[in-house]
Amino acid sequence: MSKNNEIDFSSFDWNSMPDEHGHFGPYGGCFAAETLMEAIENLRDAYATLKDNDAFQAEYDKDLKYYVGRPSPLYHAERWSKELGGAQIYLKREDLNHTGAHKINNTIGQALLAKHMGKPRIIAETGAGQHGVATATIAARLGLECVVYMGEVDVARQAPNVYRMKLLGAEVRPVSSGSKTLKDALNEAMRDWVTNIDDTFYCIGTVAGPHPYPAMVRDFQAIIGREARQQIQEQAGRLPDALIACIGGGSNAIGLFHEFLNDSEVAMYGVEAAGHGLETGEHAAPLCTAKPGVLHGNRMYLMADDDGQVVEPHSISAGLDYPGVGPEHSWLKDVGRVNYVAVTDDEAMTAFHALTRIEGIIPALESSHALAYTMKLAPTLSVEQSIIVNLSGRGDKDINTIAAREGITL
Amino acid sequence: MSRLASCFERLKAADKTALIPYITAGDSNPSITVPLMHRMVEAGADIIELGIPFSDPMADGPTIQLACERALVHHTSLRDVIKMTAEFRQHDQTTPIVFMGYLNPVEAMGYNEFAQEAAKVGVDALLAVDMPPEESQALVAALQEQSIDPIFLLSPTTQDDRIKKITAVGKGFLYYVSLKGVTGSNVLDVADVEAQVNNIKHYTQLPVGVGFGIKNAETAAAVASVSDAVIVGSAIVKIIENNIDDADTIMNEIADLLSGMRTAMDEK
Repeated sequence: MSKNNEIDFSSFDWNSMPDEHGHFGPYGGCFAAETLMEAIENLRDAYATLKDNDAFQAEYDKDLKYYVGRPSPLYHAERWSKELGGAQIYLKREDLNHTGAHKINNTIGQALLAKHMGKPRIIAETGAGQHGVATATIAARLGLECVVYMGEVDVARQAPNVYRMKLLGAEVRPVSSGSKTLKDALNEAMRDWVTNIDDTFYCIGTVAGPHPYPAMVRDFQAIIGREARQQIQEQAGRLPDALIACIGGGSNAIGLFHEFLNDSEVAMYGVEAAGHGLETGEHAAPLCTAKPGVLHGNRMYLMADDDGQVVEPHSISAGLDYPGVGPEHSWLKDVGRVNYVAVTDDEAMTAFHALTRIEGIIPALESSHALAYTMKLAPTLSVEQSIIVNLSGRGDKDINTIAAREGITL
Repeated sequence: MSRLASCFERLKAADKTALIPYITAGDSNPSITVPLMHRMVEAGADIIELGIPFSDPMADGPTIQLACERALVHHTSLRDVIKMTAEFRQHDQTTPIVFMGYLNPVEAMGYNEFAQEAAKVGVDALLAVDMPPEESQALVAALQEQSIDPIFLLSPTTQDDRIKKITAVGKGFLYYVSLKGVTGSNVLDVADVEAQVNNIKHYTQLPVGVGFGIKNAETAAAVASVSDAVIVGSAIVKIIENNIDDADTIMNEIADLLSGMRTAMDEK
């Protein structure tokens, strides 16, 4: 396994990954049942053809600009920076996108792909509901039938998003198997896909799954970092010293990080959910605690027991409540380009309140994990230094969870 | 000659088709598995497919998924399934045992250690559902080192270029999934299955087994007439699901189902 002393980060061609079979070093690949291979190969071919097609890219860019509202602002959180007494904090405002999170960057790309492939039906899995809402939204606009799989636990804790999906015309199918969360929703979506492969496009919401999903979703999310890299230079006159993003499957993080990978002076922090604490075992932090394994079509760091059974993760945040993590992150950990850390539910809650009260921005619980690590890192840097934090989503969807946790009845 | 090869040769000489029942090891509890295996052989099974329980059986329908959950209540691990095979082999050295499951338990144990331990107790083959030939090199090498056959799936959507790739690496037999969808799905079109099996046979000398959608003696006989092996999974597991705490009923009903299939297949 190549370690950091073998890769010159500034000259490495990061776009050379994955290889043609979807491998990021030992991670990724295509570990799918034969019943899915034809559909996956068709998708791979369609994406390979369209990704460099000018008309397709123009269509995608147009939607990002006029439908999503991109570019999203890079906001200098001056008051919070001053309060923390260290680095200048810039928030990449993905929460201001249409539907309130970064997820729509990807669903628009995949839905346009579905349309080009002639698939009238689109399915998705969702945890926090943001990817489900983003899929239902674009399906409504393109006139596609939409079915969203969601664990029963998540259906309960993300009720507003469930209702939004229904308003948008999607059918939400609660999943009662296993831990009844994101991983089980993914299992069920794969079962649907294998049963309906002729007319169905599976829109995966994160940078995991069989090749080409990890690379394709990364490509659709990389707009975040392309914009941020330009914006920070306009505002601060130079590149940032650090990037921070939360990690469930890892799509908002890879979206921010990717454009900066060659900037070896830019440190990167991926923040996993430590839940009740890494030492309790009740967390969703595979990169910080687990070994590689195979699930959902790819090899990645995976929370599993000694028998190889997948362990049920825990996080206050439904969007981070996943036992695996994308293969590119798995590889970036091994080569040492990105630092992977974790913060607890409580730390995320503290950061949630801090940003809300100090900057007037209600962040998603997922993004609050990135903010919590910002509270640790910023004071260790000087006021001349800067950090970009991916504010990947807004917190409206979480107010029921937060109120209940704090003993308040709405 | 391997146990699988001699089994198929024997059946071919007798103009018979193999009957391959599937059960999930440890379902509905670990103590029933080995006695049930013997009983299935008595009822006419030629080969046994023993499922390795997995927490996330993505390619399976609700029936097998629930079977995995029942087995995992008892923490039935891959090492336990190997031990069960050892116990079975004390009284049966001829019936081939095919392990079927997902890759992660095998990864967790380690390819080489799995292959060595499995070979020691007389496991004949492994079918890892989520391991297509493209990703199989290391595991296939470890298995072949121990003379364990890697078995691969083919599906109705598998195109000829992939059939070539799969038949090149598969050993023992090939497993044709007769339906689009997950295990336990409906309706089977026998004419379509026949056409697909014949197409696969252009590329291989290996026996071709057919699974998915075989529920009763009638479908078993129909599929037997166009293939080398009939694989029955969900219909058997359903019997366990319906009689979780009643080992006698489970044994009797599964034996009845299999002997009915055996008779119908042999009369084809």
